[in-house]
Amino acid sequence: MTVRTAELGMTLLLAALSVYLMVKSAELEIGWIQGEGPGGGAWPFWLAAGMLACCAVTLVRWWRGLTPESRNLEAFVGPATAKILGPTVISIAVMLGLTHVIGIYVAILIFLLFYLRFMGRHSWTLTVSMSLIAPVVTFFFFEAALRILLPKGITEPLFYPLYSLIY
Amino acid sequence: MELIQPLIDGIFIALEPINLAMVILGVLIGLFVGAMPGLGSVNGVAILLPVTFLVPPTAAIIFLAAIYYGAMYGGAISSVMLGIPGASTAVATTFDGRPMALKGEADRALVAAAVASFVGGTISVILFTLFAPPLAEFALKFGPPEEFALMVLAFATFVGLGGSDISKTIFSTLLGLVLATVGLDIVSGQPRLIFFDLPGFYHGINFLVLAIGIYGIGEILWTLEISQGRVMVSKVEMSIKRMLDAFRSLKVTVKSTLAGSLIGYFMGILPAAGATPGSLVAYGMAKSFSKDPESFGSGNINGVTAPESANNAASTGSLLPMLTLGIPGSPTTAILLGGMIIWGLRPGPLLFENNPEFVWGLIGSLYIANVFAMLINLAFVPVFIAVLKLPFTILAPVIFVLCVTGGYAPEQSMHDVWLILLFGVMGYLLRKLNYPVAPMVLAIVLGPLAERSLRQSLLGSQGDMLIFVERPLSAVFLLLGLALFVYPIVQMARHKKRQGGPAGEG
Repeated sequence: MTVRTAELGMTLLLAALSVYLMVKSAELEIGWIQGEGPGGGAWPFWLAAGMLACCAVTLVRWWRGLTPESRNLEAFVGPATAKILGPTVISIAVMLGLTHVIGIYVAILIFLLFYLRFMGRHSWTLTVSMSLIAPVVTFFFFEAALRILLPKGITEPLFYPLYSLIY
Repeated sequence: MELIQPLIDGIFIALEPINLAMVILGVLIGLFVGAMPGLGSVNGVAILLPVTFLVPPTAAIIFLAAIYYGAMYGGAISSVMLGIPGASTAVATTFDGRPMALKGEADRALVAAAVASFVGGTISVILFTLFAPPLAEFALKFGPPEEFALMVLAFATFVGLGGSDISKTIFSTLLGLVLATVGLDIVSGQPRLIFFDLPGFYHGINFLVLAIGIYGIGEILWTLEISQGRVMVSKVEMSIKRMLDAFRSLKVTVKSTLAGSLIGYFMGILPAAGATPGSLVAYGMAKSFSKDPESFGSGNINGVTAPESANNAASTGSLLPMLTLGIPGSPTTAILLGGMIIWGLRPGPLLFENNPEFVWGLIGSLYIANVFAMLINLAFVPVFIAVLKLPFTILAPVIFVLCVTGGYAPEQSMHDVWLILLFGVMGYLLRKLNYPVAPMVLAIVLGPLAERSLRQSLLGSQGDMLIFVERPLSAVFLLLGLALFVYPIVQMARHKKRQGGPAGEG
């Protein structure tokens, strides 16, 4: 996909988003309510209408080749970039997905093991030590110092002894 | 003078052990994020804001402001040593800082940058102390129409001065404002824009979710993309004798440093301008007023001091409208403003009356942060240079973990963390297509305030839009906004006429 195609695709996507936001805003009153002022949907409705207008302008400029992107025929995301960013985004998403099941601490550990070793190609010593230290520091910072409980999923029972230690 | 007493009180507040510790820690982190290419003050502040829930608001803002400050100093380190700016605010520093390093004068350039940053920071803090109270008092007269008009003016500066594609800039602003309306309607309390009936949208989209997504995930993806190649760190020779020599040679830079400080300060006040253009303008001015402009670009020390004094001055300048008017002067201060709302403070003119210890503690800390930033910077240059060799593949996953945990903490909802990832990927793609993201972050912070003042104004006038032009102050703000809006269009038309054809502005 070239940058030119990407700009067209993105503009159309954002235009669709604008229309969706207008429809969604119209679920609330978008006109004037007697004695109350403008309805709750009016402000987002007109903002979204403005977004749509901006997309229309961008589309015209794209058509006439006025934006630098519309004249750029290079690949939007090159193979070298995709090789780095693809696994990065997917591994973050997997970390979030795992958080729901096995909790954030184990998810962080697995994420760091994968990323440092296979993306960064660092030594096992560095990989393992960082992957172990990060969740421990996170635990004591959030749970002990801030008293904010992070999600633990099915690993919750493993933390009971630690709870009795910090509370 | 009536300013002296609160200032002294403020400095004492800043010297309290916890606050002083925050200054030092903040400056250290700031120097680090500033020096790391791809990370700037805005990334550091967005990613670390959730961490500050640990300490009281005054200590928290002092910590974040110190990061902001330290980052302005730190940016110069990688500009000089790597030839790539550590943050966009230090772009101009590479022009002459890098040639100096290649000539074996890296230490001179670093000392000059640190001292110029200190002078710029100090001059601007003094100006800030003088200007802030009267401006806050003036702003007390503002009613909802003036507030709304002022925000329109703030957004218009992005169109007039931002330099990006106009329709994309406006789109970005409007999207930020719409995202701010998700949740419950501020007047009737009705659920609004609950996408796909997901319960997570009932608490709205916290500005931090967008800020962490864009500056924590999106920009790191961007950096991963561009940092694929290896970088070369210059060698630096440091000794006390050479440092003293470097200090002595700073006499020639007095003028460029002072001019840079003033330019930076006033550019910093404008929401769209800030430290990056401020430092570029200061560099340009130093060059055009210099006796030998040809030497710029090949290692003129004034080419380092001008932008470095300007970017520090601008960071203080951008705090001025944030504290006095409630309008942030930069993306970083937009996040600080959002933080203040989380801490239960209402930014704006009343802050000086209601929370003097907060405001003056912050101002006092800026004086102290400057001193520490310069000392730490000079003392630890070799350490920071070692840090620059740290591969980004270690830093990036740590930042991602910080984003995930920090994004979860404020609302304690996984829904928000997924949104962060979505915003991060979208932010990256939008940035690649030349959509400016700073107006979006500013808009989501100001959105609820803008909507409230608009609806209050219209309610007061029975729906008559003319209220915004009937009141003199709001009319002035709107006229200025309109001028900023029209300016780039007129410029474009003139440009076209001169070229005698429909040439693009690319």
